[in-house]
Amino acid sequence: MSAGFFLEVVLGGLLAGVMYALVAIGFVLIYKASGVFNFAQGAMVFFAALTFVSLEKAGMNFWLALLVTLAVMVVLGMATERFVLRPLVNQPPITLFMATIGLTFVLEGLSQLVWGSQPHGLELGIEDVPMKWLAEKSGIHVSQFELFAAVVAGVLVAVLALFFQYTRIGRALRAVADDHQAALAVGIPLKHIWAIVWAVAGFVALVAGLMWGARNGVQYALTFIALKALPVLLIGGFESVLGAIVGGLIIGASEKVAEVFLPQLLGPPLAAWLGVPVNLQGIESWFAYVVALLFLLVRPEGLFGEKIIDRV
Amino acid sequence: MLYREAGQFRSSYAEDQRIFPILQDRIAFGVLLVAAFAIVPLVANQYWLAAILTPFLVFSLAALGLNILTGYAGQLSLGTAAFMAVGAFMAYNFELRVSGMPILVSFALAGLCAAAVGVVFGLPSLRIKGFYLAVATLACQFFVLWALQRFGWFSNYSASGVITAGKIEIAGYLFESPAEKYLLTLAIVSAMALAAKNLVRSETGRAFMAVRDMDVAASVIGIPLMRTKLLAFAVSSFYCGVAGALYAYCYLGTVEPEAFNLDLSFRVLFMIIIGGVGSILGSFLGAAFVVLLPIFLNVLFGALSHFVGIEIPHAWLSNIELILFGALIVFFLIVEPHGLARLWQIGKEKLRLWPFPY
Repeated sequence: MSAGFFLEVVLGGLLAGVMYALVAIGFVLIYKASGVFNFAQGAMVFFAALTFVSLEKAGMNFWLALLVTLAVMVVLGMATERFVLRPLVNQPPITLFMATIGLTFVLEGLSQLVWGSQPHGLELGIEDVPMKWLAEKSGIHVSQFELFAAVVAGVLVAVLALFFQYTRIGRALRAVADDHQAALAVGIPLKHIWAIVWAVAGFVALVAGLMWGARNGVQYALTFIALKALPVLLIGGFESVLGAIVGGLIIGASEKVAEVFLPQLLGPPLAAWLGVPVNLQGIESWFAYVVALLFLLVRPEGLFGEKIIDRV
Repeated sequence: MLYREAGQFRSSYAEDQRIFPILQDRIAFGVLLVAAFAIVPLVANQYWLAAILTPFLVFSLAALGLNILTGYAGQLSLGTAAFMAVGAFMAYNFELRVSGMPILVSFALAGLCAAAVGVVFGLPSLRIKGFYLAVATLACQFFVLWALQRFGWFSNYSASGVITAGKIEIAGYLFESPAEKYLLTLAIVSAMALAAKNLVRSETGRAFMAVRDMDVAASVIGIPLMRTKLLAFAVSSFYCGVAGALYAYCYLGTVEPEAFNLDLSFRVLFMIIIGGVGSILGSFLGAAFVVLLPIFLNVLFGALSHFVGIEIPHAWLSNIELILFGALIVFFLIVEPHGLARLWQIGKEKLRLWPFPY
């Protein structure tokens, strides 16, 4: 095992982690602003990607399809606020969580009913091949596409940060995230804010959907990437966009390293100990969760989450 | 008129602490039990027994287990299906590897194995709460399924990881027909439901509820947090484990690890949310709802295409079903967030005065 190969694996993991973070940011936005753990984020990613691909297939050009999909996601966010969240104001968080699972089913059914359930390919014009000059110079293979995704994620976070910091709506969003009632008391319209948050989350879902769709194809399995984003949230904390990025990097790197090296490292001793052949392939299906759990044992609120204060 | 408790006095502590203090409730429940044990197996046909009633009972038991953990002890878990998987696969292994093992004992041992797994994955609950814990229990879900698929020992090295449940024989009597399997399931579920009902009325159950309502306050009044939380995980996983064993033995017969995926966990979670969180009756009502809804929708669409003459393509049907299922869940949460059990309670209150306005 050369150091170069190890570096390559870690780099690949870090870049894959950025892709997870793209999904995790959607969770964080909604959790921050409304305290809802939005399980439907994965379905929203799927819905956005499928809508975009189908529109493009129907003959629209890239930017028009993007605009129309964005409009659809905004309408979806507003409809969610109107028909799911508003009637459930003041319910315990678990009820809202369950409602978003219901929403997941609706979105999955709806997108496949409207656009059909066959998988589509998605071309963004950037191929998933190693960067040429980097490979020639240092011998490290890093996917061009994943680098592009990382840049997109960086731009997205920057845009969100600017939006939150310097616009009127952004300030209102932060106020709502801090304290619903206080925000209401100073005259911030909660209804509009929630609709906006869900629309923004829809936009993030669209970006994530494009990235993941271009990488893995637009298919039903896209809904499962939400499950990959959950350990990222655990590490980063549910309330922090920065945490989502850092958590994504940690999860991505450790998962990739575990996937590549652990079966070889742990397999033979374990097999000798048990006396039967042991196959540790597929370890990545749960490894991220274990990493997240270890982090939680040290910091129960995640790296950047709000400190949990218990009062009786 | 019929449902009046006037004139029913309780003159001893035993009478006061009955599960059904009102005479009419006792009669109604007795009738229900007689009907379930004696009449249903005679009247119902094979399809009803094997495809609706038995899974309903199995899911009720799983929902009961999750309700003890989530509804009473307040620890949100998304690993129910994993505990069921442990139960199913361990029951299979006990039967396979220990010759002459009585089936009920292996069900109980399988439940204990699930309880052990539950305690291990319940350990994070001492440190983390709420959604952080829910996501942490996903670790259990993925790890257990992965282990069952990767280590051939669990499925006796069958190529695809599929296990086929053996015969069910108790004291020389073979349980083969759907009616017999239904009766066995019913007996086990009834006994465990009774145990659960009494558990949540006992000191332990009250400790669970104190932890649910506020764990810091509970520890201040002297409830050992670690023991209570882990006990809740153990009891809950025991129930889920037995439910999993019944799922394999009495319902499906052949199961693979993939059958216990995250979807199943969510289905059980739906059952307790729709039925009523923190209610024994709610577990049953919720299971009935979730089991019957797809069948009802199927019948509805069948009738629709028959009478209206609109033929709905099959691919649409499953998607429409998905949408309706999701929409109904949201609808239910909005209309009655406390679930069907609360509706039942409200109905009973109304019935006490009926037909008088007050």
